[in-house]
Amino acid sequence: MSATHQSRRLVLSLYKDLLREGSKFSAYNFRMYALRRTRDAFKENKSITDGTLLQKSILEAKENLEIIRRQVIIGHLYQADKLIIEK
Amino acid sequence: MNLSILRLGITNNFFRQTRISQSVLYCRYSSSGNQKLQQFNIRDEVPDGRPLYLDAQATTSLDPRVLDTMMPFLTNFYGNPHSRTHYYGWETETAVEKARSDIANLIGADPKEIIFTSGATESNNIAVKGVGRFYGAKKKHIITTQTEHKCVLDSCRALEGEGFKITYLPVDKSGLISLEALDKAITPETSLVSIMAVNNEIGVKQPMADIGKLCRSKKVFFHTDAAQAVGKIPLNVNDMNIDLMSISGHKIYGPKGIGAIYIRRRPRVRVEAIQSGGGQERGIRSGTLPAPLVVGLGRACEIAQKEMAYDHKRIEYLSKRLIDGIMGQLEHVVRNGDPETSYPGCVNLSFAFVEGESLLMALKDVALSSGSACTSASLEPSYVLRAIGTDEDLAHSSIRFGLGRFTTDEEVDYTIDKTVKHVSRLREMSPLWEMVQEGIDIKTIQWSQH
Repeated sequence: MSATHQSRRLVLSLYKDLLREGSKFSAYNFRMYALRRTRDAFKENKSITDGTLLQKSILEAKENLEIIRRQVIIGHLYQADKLIIEK
Repeated sequence: MNLSILRLGITNNFFRQTRISQSVLYCRYSSSGNQKLQQFNIRDEVPDGRPLYLDAQATTSLDPRVLDTMMPFLTNFYGNPHSRTHYYGWETETAVEKARSDIANLIGADPKEIIFTSGATESNNIAVKGVGRFYGAKKKHIITTQTEHKCVLDSCRALEGEGFKITYLPVDKSGLISLEALDKAITPETSLVSIMAVNNEIGVKQPMADIGKLCRSKKVFFHTDAAQAVGKIPLNVNDMNIDLMSISGHKIYGPKGIGAIYIRRRPRVRVEAIQSGGGQERGIRSGTLPAPLVVGLGRACEIAQKEMAYDHKRIEYLSKRLIDGIMGQLEHVVRNGDPETSYPGCVNLSFAFVEGESLLMALKDVALSSGSACTSASLEPSYVLRAIGTDEDLAHSSIRFGLGRFTTDEEVDYTIDKTVKHVSRLREMSPLWEMVQEGIDIKTIQWSQH
């Protein structure tokens, strides 16, 4: 019981981290994609109960979080003007 | 001195005249009674911010996940993958081979059957010229279609100069080839059939499996230019009996300047190399592999495979939104290419009574194209549209909307609004449109010869 409780908390915090980091993309299209894809992926995997599958998904989310963090930095180094619909 | 004053005078006069003609245009607007159109002046429309990108068939942005995989090979891991004597070479080679198998996985091939090239153009050259020339002593006939990409058509032209016979299959109104016509065109002389999977201008998907089956039964090699199809629709070289396949990196959110060609090993397809050199890539494509690009292409394929269903569903939704949005508000809009057998991310629309280039100019805050990027500098109507029998006037009024992984709902909505606004505005200026509104059938008019 406590194991599932723990993983539940981990999944929730990963979800929040991914959304928070994803929203930092300076490029509009990447930002929107990161937010949309994160929400859809968590919705899609909501009903995962299988332990190994859950661990696999958590690992993947962690990797993606790291990618987003690095790519947000690169994006900020070479920023472009905002898109016309952002203004 | 006098001369310059004179010149100045002319310029001033010219400007005055332009202004007059503009005010005439304004009168036209107000006579139509549309308040919104009355105030429009294209010069006042200075875009505030970068345009939206809706040209996914020309190229796609690099997926941040792909760049993330490439970065180490652009910085610390700079070894030559062909160096067999040291660690730097080995680590790069490992990454290159992983990329090779990721590409192979996506199309159901064996990694040994993947050859890296500089892009789909080079792959198409290797396929058409390579197969043609290798078997050229006995077989001097190649079949392709009228709607192929320029690089396939041009490779065929080059072979024609070498004494080859080329059959350019016509397509029907929907853009599809006829299997019967293909069957009839194949002779014992035929070495290769080259037909693209998804058309770059109208998005039409050819029946790959049927063509593959026919070619295999006739013992003719089947090459497909799948630059617009790989990673977007499911493709399997074994199920579809494809012998050669061209792949491009920058159409699937990978880096530019990299592509691959799949060349079947069993039954073996042999090609004459175009480039001579150190014999890399089994001697088919000499030259040091650009490891960062190769790794990027591999990662792009890996992501495409994983995300194919998600992306396809999303693009289908956006495509429907775009088409319904435009067609719901404008009449006399024609979709080019069969909607049933098309890739939804490529929407080619003709706006009757509007000149395509004028519309593209007006829609400068959306990056769009009237057809392929290679021919976008010319005002000639697209040969693909002519091949599917589009009327000359409609071929001149076509716009291609390219939707991709990173396109948002807001971008589509903005594009719909702007398209509807400018098509209506340009039509208000057209005397032809006025005549249509009065119920005159334009096609029945006998225009005087001049």
